Amino acid sequence: MIASSRKSRSADLERIESLIKKGAPRGRLIDEAFRIFVGVLAWSSVGLAVLLFLVLLRESWPSIRQFGWAFLWSSEWDAVKEHFGILPVIYGTLVSSLLALIFAVPLSMGIAIFLSELGPPWIRKPLAALIELLAAIPSVIYGLWGIFVLCPVLRTVVEPFLGKHFGFLPLFQGPSYGVGMLAAGIILSIMIIPTISSISREIFLTIPTPLKEGALALGATRWEMIQLAVLPPSRSGILGAVLLGLGRALGETMAVTMVIGNRHDISLSLFEPAYTMASLIANEFSEATTPLYTAALVETGLVLLIVTLILNIIARVLVWSVSRQVKGVPA
Amino acid sequence: MKRTNRFLASAAGILSLMMMLTPLGFADRPKLINGAGATFPYPIYSKWFSEYQKVNPSVNFNYQSIGSGGGIKQISARTVDFGASDAFLTNEQLKAAPGRLIHIPTVAGAVVVTYHLPGVSEKLKLTPDAISGIFLGEIKKWDDPAISGNNPDVSLPNADIIVVHRSDGSGTTNIFTDYLSSISSTWKRNVGKGTSVSWPVGLGGKGNEGVAGTIKQTPNSLGYVELAYAEKNHLAYAQVQNKSGNFITPSLESTTKAIQGKLDDMPGDFRVSLVNPDGPEAYPIAGFTWILIYQKQKDAQKGRAVVEFLKWAVRDGQKYANELLYASLPQEMAEKIDSKLEEIQIG
Repeated sequence: MIASSRKSRSADLERIESLIKKGAPRGRLIDEAFRIFVGVLAWSSVGLAVLLFLVLLRESWPSIRQFGWAFLWSSEWDAVKEHFGILPVIYGTLVSSLLALIFAVPLSMGIAIFLSELGPPWIRKPLAALIELLAAIPSVIYGLWGIFVLCPVLRTVVEPFLGKHFGFLPLFQGPSYGVGMLAAGIILSIMIIPTISSISREIFLTIPTPLKEGALALGATRWEMIQLAVLPPSRSGILGAVLLGLGRALGETMAVTMVIGNRHDISLSLFEPAYTMASLIANEFSEATTPLYTAALVETGLVLLIVTLILNIIARVLVWSVSRQVKGVPA
Repeated sequence: MKRTNRFLASAAGILSLMMMLTPLGFADRPKLINGAGATFPYPIYSKWFSEYQKVNPSVNFNYQSIGSGGGIKQISARTVDFGASDAFLTNEQLKAAPGRLIHIPTVAGAVVVTYHLPGVSEKLKLTPDAISGIFLGEIKKWDDPAISGNNPDVSLPNADIIVVHRSDGSGTTNIFTDYLSSISSTWKRNVGKGTSVSWPVGLGGKGNEGVAGTIKQTPNSLGYVELAYAEKNHLAYAQVQNKSGNFITPSLESTTKAIQGKLDDMPGDFRVSLVNPDGPEAYPIAGFTWILIYQKQKDAQKGRAVVEFLKWAVRDGQKYANELLYASLPQEMAEKIDSKLEEIQIG
């Protein structure tokens, strides 16, 4: 078996060698052309990003000139009087995404550990496929489920309970509408769980088995093995997974707008309606009739792009510093 | 390698054949007229386009329902042959357009106040003061005398009114805020009218379905949706007191009555709101939707086709309106539009 495969491999090598010899002068030209071709492809994505930024800047210029920095810290959004400010919308975007991470990260970690280390082998594959299937559900379906299932449960059970027992916290005050910041956070967390959990699972699976077996052989329990051998080397990968989830949460539009209540207000209470940048653009762009109104919406898109960029950079720096730390520790 | 070459050759052959045939094909094709704009009239427009094919097979329509804002932008940029909008253009917008734009009303729609009160099956009667008070946040409880005074037979709860409005920009919001501005000076001063406004109170739902869904799931809530949507989904809606003091059930007939109520003081350019009209049977929360065309049509063939189509739409086309839950134009309106269409210069 081994011998025959070795023989066929050497035959392959001979074939390749003869091919190279035949087309040697042309080959170098093709190499060069191919290098340039893929180089252009790679740089074109950078070019697209730059163009995107420039077009957003140009289209939002009337609004930037009119409102200046006040656009970022003003709370008034009035299309009739044409006063535009997006502070509540930035707040809503950041808080709903943060809330989603708070719900989704521990859950996803649990899912990933179960599916890679602890679950019975026959259930791992089907369960993993099922969770990845969650990512394929269109977001409008999540939104409809949110309106008809999640919000009524929040309104009748969860929010009254939280209000009664934790009402002393400013987070859980006010009337229960069902729709609001809490509903948006929960919907978003369900939507990003497949992303975070499946990437984390892949990362856990790359941990070399001898490392895990070594930990067990030294007398570690399963829990200690995971804690000592699986989690530390995966840290930077997990951060990357969380980052991807955060990216999806920041940009999610349809499901959020259906359950968040769409109100330009900043309120500490999670029961109150709020608004996000992506929802604002999706809601108002098609019927925005005046140039300044359109420009303000485009500027909202520009701010969303910049916020996403900043969060990405922060997360990259985090990943970089964590992975450096891990390298420093003798494994 | 050889196979790839043959594949490429045949693909190129097919492509060149297509390129050769395309111009020939188009020469025989009917005239294609492009339009874009409002989503609200899309069902009736597509019905008209297909029915009009039977009348005049040489004209084909392509309509993109991208929203009124997009329709105004595209007709102003002359990328389409006609635009469509649920809100009429402001003077500034008309000035910004490269030519003189004409508004042609096609059908009318009404907006109803819908609510979810557990245990209440009677139709509520709402006065203008009650409606504006609720949406301004001044009337907070269901058993407020402004509401209960006109509904003595209904047992209204001592509960907060949860107001629901549209969060997306829409012609429905434009009609409703137009109405609120016409009945309340406070509203007019503080909020105003538009496809999306800064609401003093309430939750925002996306689209008619978002508002209706939120209301369905939330006891003691109240909001507004298009009449057609409320009818199709059997939502409870209120009777509204009109200018003559009568409580009117929203319907297609009472909306057409609203157009009749405005006929006497109809401006020449048809830029008119239908809210709060005269007439004892007129429903007060209604509005036109318009098609926008240039007074000077550069392409004679297309221009003639559009004018002929519009003449057909405001007369013969109106019989399809009611089955699709739009209020049709009265006969007198069609005559006014006919004389307006005379103004269009072709060629």
